[in-house]
Amino acid sequence: MSDSPRPGPGYDAADLADIPGTTIFTTASSRRAYQLHRFCMSLMKAENRAAFKADEGAYLDRFAMTPEQRQGVVDRDFNRLIGLGGNIYFLVKISNTDGWSVQRAVGTMAGMSGDDYAAMMVAGGRSPVGNRSIKGAH
Amino acid sequence: MARITAGVGTSHVPAIGAAIDLGKSAEPYWAPVFAGYDWSRAWEHEAKPDVVILVFNDHATSLMLEVVPTFDIGCADSYTPADEGWGARPVPVVEGHAEFAAHIAESLIIDEFDMTILNEMEVDHGMTVPLSLLFGSVERWPVRVVPVMVNVTQFPPPSGDRCYRLGEAIARAVASFPEDLNVQIWGTGGMSHQLQGPRAGLINREFDTAFLDRLADDPAALRKITHYEYLREAGSEGIELIMWLIMRGALGHDPVVRHRFYHVPASNTAVGHIVLEAA
Ligand SMILES: [Fe+2]
Repeated sequence: MSDSPRPGPGYDAADLADIPGTTIFTTASSRRAYQLHRFCMSLMKAENRAAFKADEGAYLDRFAMTPEQRQGVVDRDFNRLIGLGGNIYFLVKISNTDGWSVQRAVGTMAGMSGDDYAAMMVAGGRSPVGNRSIKGAH
Repeated sequence: MARITAGVGTSHVPAIGAAIDLGKSAEPYWAPVFAGYDWSRAWEHEAKPDVVILVFNDHATSLMLEVVPTFDIGCADSYTPADEGWGARPVPVVEGHAEFAAHIAESLIIDEFDMTILNEMEVDHGMTVPLSLLFGSVERWPVRVVPVMVNVTQFPPPSGDRCYRLGEAIARAVASFPEDLNVQIWGTGGMSHQLQGPRAGLINREFDTAFLDRLADDPAALRKITHYEYLREAGSEGIELIMWLIMRGALGHDPVVRHRFYHVPASNTAVGHIVLEAA
């Protein structure tokens, strides 16, 4: 290992972990959520969406995701699924199948009602002020 | 000889595509978004590009599960709009330019950018929404497209500076193609938005405005923005803005700003749009 500083834009894992309410989707997350994500991508076919809607449990049995991930899907608990390795671009395939707008799906993670979330967006969105650092450095 | 005549930056929010497809574009919520592109549609009609090099990210549509390429280029004859979970968008199949794409791919690899080559893929809102915004509702897209995709989702994406240098290499590749082609390059995605967790809905007008201010005249400042700064300031999905730097890198010195637009919100996202003409 060289002692010289890394050239160019770098990053520090501690900095990334300090961003409030934000989970970084990593190579490890991608591996951890592989079966969950296989399920999500399967919903890009109309016949699979129909099979899922007809019998969610039987359809989910086709995928070897963890029991926690499976429950997260059943509960449509996106914050939990992200905590279990999931990424929103996969997860919206579930809410799209449910006929939800992306805004409604995303709003469920924000801890407010859909109407309140929509109103916040129309008013300019969530301010970065006070939302930059858990430690309060920013 | 092929030449890059202009660059376009634009958000590619999927809800914009849904608004068009469901006939909602005149509704009060959506009308200001589409009005921001009126000038650009007229400009495209005059500019008549032959090919658009369209930089976007795949949103778990054709990529991200089995394979996660950092940079890839489509070398197919055509690209079919994907079913993202509600049926495919009712827009035309996108015509590629396989010969030009192959030339760019080879040139980039010789130039030390290790591109993944895709001979077949379906394309999502990342490509079709910008096409709709700039060309409107058409029977056939008036351009051929060379898709360039970037991983901006699975950490770590390439740095903004690396993206800028890829843009410079794309410009070299285009300049060495013998056919006479009017080429535009579009960087898509952004601006600030976060689609996950308790911080969902983050919008940073100040950050976005500074990005638009500097894009033409001070790209050196934008090249220094770190992943951490994008994630913190522009939200976890705002890091898509690194794709605008590929566009900017391909334009060279002193492009002219012809049009600029910013609006909050479209769904969860700050919509940004800029039209730059090469000097
Ligand atoms: Fe995107």
